Amino acid sequence: MVAQNVVFGILAAVMILAAWRVVTTQNVVRAVLYLVVVLAGAGAQYLLLAQEFIFVVQVIVYIGAIVVLFLFGTMLTRAPIGRDVNLDNDQRWLAALTSLFLLGVMIAVLFDAFHNTHVKPTIQRTSDVANSMFGPYLMPFEVVSVLLLAALVGAIAIARRD
Amino acid sequence: MSLALSLPYWAETTIKTVIILAVIPASALTLGYVFLMKTMAHMQSRLGPMEPGGFHGWYQLIGDGVKFIQKEDIIPEEADRAIFALAPTVVLVSTFLLFVVIPAGPRLVVENLDTGVFFALAVSSLSVIGVLMAGWASANKYSLLGGLRAAGQLIAYELPLVLAVVGVVMQAGTMSLQGIVNFQQHGKIFGFGGIGLPLILTQFVGFLLFIAASQAELTQAPFDMPLAESELVAGYTTEYTGFRFLFFYMAETATAFALAAIAATLFLGGWSVPWVHGSAADVLGPFILGAKVMLVAFLIYWIRFTYPRFREDQLQAFAWKYLIPISLANILVTAVFKVVF
Repeated sequence: MVAQNVVFGILAAVMILAAWRVVTTQNVVRAVLYLVVVLAGAGAQYLLLAQEFIFVVQVIVYIGAIVVLFLFGTMLTRAPIGRDVNLDNDQRWLAALTSLFLLGVMIAVLFDAFHNTHVKPTIQRTSDVANSMFGPYLMPFEVVSVLLLAALVGAIAIARRD
Repeated sequence: MSLALSLPYWAETTIKTVIILAVIPASALTLGYVFLMKTMAHMQSRLGPMEPGGFHGWYQLIGDGVKFIQKEDIIPEEADRAIFALAPTVVLVSTFLLFVVIPAGPRLVVENLDTGVFFALAVSSLSVIGVLMAGWASANKYSLLGGLRAAGQLIAYELPLVLAVVGVVMQAGTMSLQGIVNFQQHGKIFGFGGIGLPLILTQFVGFLLFIAASQAELTQAPFDMPLAESELVAGYTTEYTGFRFLFFYMAETATAFALAAIAATLFLGGWSVPWVHGSAADVLGPFILGAKVMLVAFLIYWIRFTYPRFREDQLQAFAWKYLIPISLANILVTAVFKVVF
């Protein structure tokens, strides 16, 4: 367990540093690239908990699709190289307050849920995930897919001019 | 008799890493030499690469290597230097991770992941980020356009690539590449189990879809819009020289090898052939897989050398209007057969 804890510490430090750079860097594209590091770190944390399937989903959905769309979007519009001072504004205190509030809520919830339980990573086979997804959780799964389809159709309907 | 060798975790990981790092250039050089130089020279009557050094131009590859290494490493003045320098490495890391799950024998695999083929498809999508980084950081309109085209294309063709594999996964009942090979080795054709069941027999449509989609993922002709030399100079690689350009080139060719290996594993039985079992398979596995990879790679490069380039709108329409509906129909038919039989 010691090795896992050390790796967790390193990953957490890298993630915090990258997350800090996401909001402090003065370049849109660089901010997105730092976000890649944060998301990859989250994926690695899943791997540390022996959740292989969720790790792969994290990589393919967040890094392979969402971040690529972010990059695609920023590069299609204006994304100059170098510093862009217009990215900053004067709402730092409000942002800090919101972040602190969110941090507090998260700590409270996590502490309430796990405070004495020792989390042991148990290896989860992909077939287990599939069995529970298409067994007990079939109904929520289908509802979510219909919801996503509705969102997709809605997005096309809004984007279409004619 | 098995090889009794137990190493500590770090030693094993180091050895595995070194092996993959050796396999990437080796596979890229093999494909580059056999297909990009010799086959292309024959098919397109390009006699240059057949000349140097006498016999079939064996010296061409060495000459090209020396040429690449001695080129000056130029970074454009306006470029974002850090990202410009990092981009080729990101593309190469994606290739590196692809090789992790490909089995070359009953026990010869870096990591027999439970999510095998899904992992491979996920990490192959990482290369897009490197391509976009290269396109943006070059501070060049041609590069940026090439990068954007590449991203649009890779997003579009990611779907048929994943969906083409679903049929195989459903039939084999596992995503582990080793498991898929075992299924094909021990499968029966209508109760006749002599030669196993290569999934190309039942998933032929899936095989064609996979080849077409991987051709697009590799941004090779007829899907080479991102590099279209008549429109974009050389797309996202325009500003790259010497060793960094070689990185892109090597990543592309090694990824072609890896995708051909995955296609061979999914549809042609991977390292297995009928009547080879046990330790014989351990020894012969890599050679059998290699032969099948060359077969699939020949198909990929044959298409590349034969067809002209798509137009951008044709390219998108081909993915969304043809490949994706066909792959969905393939999944449906496979599911029906799976339930009936």
